Amino acid sequence: MAAHANGRRPWTFYVLATVFALFVLFLYGPMACIYILSFQGPNGGLTFPLNGVSTRWFGALFYQERTGDIAGAFSRSISLAVVVLTLTVIFSVMAGLAFRRRFIGATLIFYVAVASLIVPGLVLSVGIGLGFQMLGVPPRWYSSALGAHLSWTLPFGLLIMFAIFSRLGRSYEEAARDLGANAWQSLRHVVIPIVLPGIIGVALFGFTLSYDEFPRSWVTVGPKNTLPLEIWGMTTNITSPALYALGTVTTVISFIVIAISLISIAIIQFHRTRRRVARERTMQAGS
Amino acid sequence: MRRPGEVELVDCTKRFGDTMAVNGIDLKIPAGTYCCLLGPSGCGKTTILRMIAGHETPTGGEVRIDGENVVGLLPVQRGTSMMFQDYALFPHLTCLDNVAFSLKMSGVAKAERRERARQMLARVQMAHFAERMPAQLSGGQKQRIALARALITNPRVLLLDEPLSALDEFLRLQMRGELRRMQRDLGITFIHVTHTQQEAIALADLVVVMNDGIIEQAASARDVYVVPLTAYVARFMGGQNVLGGRVCAVMDGTVVLDLPDHGRVEFPARDPVPPTGSTVNISVRRDRIHLAKRIGDGGADSVNAVNGKVRSVEYQGTWVKVTLEGGGEDFVVNLPDGEFFADPVNAGDPVRAHWTASDVHLLIGGAGRSDRPYARGQN
Repeated sequence: MAAHANGRRPWTFYVLATVFALFVLFLYGPMACIYILSFQGPNGGLTFPLNGVSTRWFGALFYQERTGDIAGAFSRSISLAVVVLTLTVIFSVMAGLAFRRRFIGATLIFYVAVASLIVPGLVLSVGIGLGFQMLGVPPRWYSSALGAHLSWTLPFGLLIMFAIFSRLGRSYEEAARDLGANAWQSLRHVVIPIVLPGIIGVALFGFTLSYDEFPRSWVTVGPKNTLPLEIWGMTTNITSPALYALGTVTTVISFIVIAISLISIAIIQFHRTRRRVARERTMQAGS
Repeated sequence: MRRPGEVELVDCTKRFGDTMAVNGIDLKIPAGTYCCLLGPSGCGKTTILRMIAGHETPTGGEVRIDGENVVGLLPVQRGTSMMFQDYALFPHLTCLDNVAFSLKMSGVAKAERRERARQMLARVQMAHFAERMPAQLSGGQKQRIALARALITNPRVLLLDEPLSALDEFLRLQMRGELRRMQRDLGITFIHVTHTQQEAIALADLVVVMNDGIIEQAASARDVYVVPLTAYVARFMGGQNVLGGRVCAVMDGTVVLDLPDHGRVEFPARDPVPPTGSTVNISVRRDRIHLAKRIGDGGADSVNAVNGKVRSVEYQGTWVKVTLEGGGEDFVVNLPDGEFFADPVNAGDPVRAHWTASDVHLLIGGAGRSDRPYARGQN
């Protein structure tokens, strides 16, 4: 940060700092309220103040019949998100590679793919649901909802891969070719390792977009709900802090996923550095 | 060591859309030559390099290495290896693994490829950097790694795309010497793309001066510098004054040229003798010209001389660069410092620059560059 000439900050600093503080408060304040209220005491209500502290509402999530099928919805959402993640990564990387070489109709395909970002999710959901009914295929979370989610995550993944590949100079692949690598070796040993952090980013994006997707799941999910739909259903018939507990649990899951991604990136980096340091040590010891 | 690495381009053309990047060139680079492709950016020199490397396919014509047409072959099959302008070191691999990459691709066992990569690193004095990542290296170090990585494939032709342009002046001179030494030691063909005249002259056995997709001249460094074929080469290499005029007579073995505003030039006729009435360009080396101060309106006798006012004087250490005001392009005289300071001139002084007839060099391709009979079979 550039220090001001007389060591004091200009007044604009305080204005902008206040704006930023308000922004952070707006962003995390409501969430913090929900996390705190999820530890409401046994006799507490839906609002402050806390009437004691307990974890019984977390228990209620899984044992109370009237909260619905939380565990089932949760496992469906996780499974769906993992499938969406996998397909998004595979198709985004492959599409990114394809768009690196110009091909006829590339621009058209790009616009067609990205246009689905503009279409309202609910409309898309209704359309897919109707389509499945017309074809006589019953909508399910693993078929129609999967397609609906992909219509959302694939354009995102594609855009991210475009950004990543646009920064990847062509000379890496040419150098690999020059050094005798065939197309597969070039991809396996050069391109993929270099863009790996970006691929992890796409995976993370695909997972979280699917995991908390509501509008695109709405009509397409079939008889068994995903977690966001289940929560929505609960808000209409549950009036206990179990709702808040559910919010806390789902947020924790999201954080765990993010943490796993970041840790895996860190592990990759760590292994590269440690291997290097270890080898330098052995070399010094040997010489 | 593999076969020697003679490179030949036969009527080689490359078109990108409507742009003619390389326009039907013929060039023969003898085996074991240090060849520099020299020209301004966009002249097609990098395209030629990439066509030899196999990263670009010619629109027409052939690329031959040791007599074999290699168009369509992979770089490994060609026996070429390329050093990229930005080095293109793989950022996720250590220097050792970068150098060992080609061995890994061809299935050499880990222990052996590591050992050979270490030897190659030692050869470029980078043994201590084996376990570093490319991001931890300076420009000069990256270049050595890139060189090691290219050489470990045991190529017969090494292709270098502006290898020194990213380095600072000191490193540039140092690496220039090392590249030349390396080429002598290995005995293979080096083809080096550059836009710097000094670099080409200092390094190359064969300098190929390019302009707008064609070869203007392919010859030794000294020939390109001292006896340029065309006005373009004379101007691009520097060190020459180019004058254009009309041949008014050829008599007694002397060509007499009328200059539009500088009087006349006379020089001994050599083959080919330009026909009377034709328009030709001549060049005179800047360091073969002498200056005399003009008094009054003197100097009516202006055969092999140019009259003008001094525009600027630049001291260069061992010599002095004097630029005259002229109608068209600058007329420059490089005087040894002794000669200059014996009778110094200042900006604004009227002077007469003169030279002897034997220092006049006739250029070919008078008015334009339309005829270029020199491109084929030079050197």
